[in-house]
Amino acid sequence: MRLLTHNMLACNVKGVVNGYPLRLEAEVVAERPADFNADFLRHIFARIDWKAFVGAARSLPEEHAVADLPEDAEPSMLASEDFLRRFHHALLELHVEKGALVCPETGRRFAIDKGIPNMLLNEDEV
Amino acid sequence: MPRPEVQAPPEIFYGETEARKYTTSSRIIEIQNRISERALELLALPDDGVPRLLLDIGCGSGLSGETISENGHHWIGLDISEAMLDVALEREVEGDIVLADMGQGLGLRPGCIDGAISISAVQWLCYADKSSHEPRLRLKAFFGTLYRCLARGARAVLQLYAENMDQSEMIMSYAMRSGFAGGMVVDWPHSTKARKAYIVLTCGPPSISGALPKGKGEDGESCSDSDEEGSQTVHISDRNRPRKRLKTSKKGRGKEWVLRNKEKRVRRGKEVPHDSKYTARKRKSYF
Repeated sequence: MRLLTHNMLACNVKGVVNGYPLRLEAEVVAERPADFNADFLRHIFARIDWKAFVGAARSLPEEHAVADLPEDAEPSMLASEDFLRRFHHALLELHVEKGALVCPETGRRFAIDKGIPNMLLNEDEV
Repeated sequence: MPRPEVQAPPEIFYGETEARKYTTSSRIIEIQNRISERALELLALPDDGVPRLLLDIGCGSGLSGETISENGHHWIGLDISEAMLDVALEREVEGDIVLADMGQGLGLRPGCIDGAISISAVQWLCYADKSSHEPRLRLKAFFGTLYRCLARGARAVLQLYAENMDQSEMIMSYAMRSGFAGGMVVDWPHSTKARKAYIVLTCGPPSISGALPKGKGEDGESCSDSDEEGSQTVHISDRNRPRKRLKTSKKGRGKEWVLRNKEKRVRRGKEVPHDSKYTARKRKSYF
């Protein structure tokens, strides 16, 4: 699971009002190169919840943690190639292989195994 | 063969053996590819070369996702079958895959997705596989959350095999109730096997682009790909079925079996040697 997907996922348990962002507890992270496409980054930037994105990027285990992303991002920063590269790396090249997503409201854990988050709910959570 | 939907719930029906077929059968792969191509076409993304973020609902082994990747878009796939997702991992699909049940609603942030496709999945919502399942509630949860997570003006194209008119009407009515505009596009409506129904939904106000695209083959033109009718749907015969065992024991087939078969041959008017004390007698071991 890439941080792109993490940024879109929210807790879906019945009765949860604020199930976003899910806290990322990554144990194993893999790095796989992806094609750089500035157009996509500019397009998706508007859809990204930046605070959640930076929070997740910094919470990764040490060797992969991304510290060089600014706390606040503005659309004007998209002109800088350097910023786009860093954005691209964090968004699309880091894959969380093992770990968990934790709902901020209820603490419900969604396990991530083999890179697949398990978002299935129990019967009483629907 | 009965429809897969009535045989078992999806997470069980698409177990390891069924999932395996989606990598080994080139025919299934080709059909899935063709449907996904068509779904992408109906999605009518703006033609500006910018990759979009799409959702693939019921992505299974990632065949439809591969089509999306080939067209340069990013995607997130959802599926309920772990075995199918394992196959997707093996195929090293480019999108991210998530184990989720669409009938429980999609756990996605509002307004973040540029378009959604779904290949042969939505009809599963019409079946109650557990006592806690209520198809109407599941359809409502699905379409409600789908509407929410799509960006304004985004489209969703859902290809489905509905069992009958009631089913497709029920699905459509829940889509409309959730706020979607749109309708059904049917390709090859006159063919029983090649017929494919797509629900094309638009999120937000009734779109400017207006009318629904036309289905293929509505004017009586015939299927382009000279396939015989039989090979147009994903229908799986069980290739790895265990063979019937011969009814023999260690002792051989026995006198009874020989007599029974001789009688049968007599009844059919064949020439059969007459029964004697030697008939079906076991040979001596030193013969």
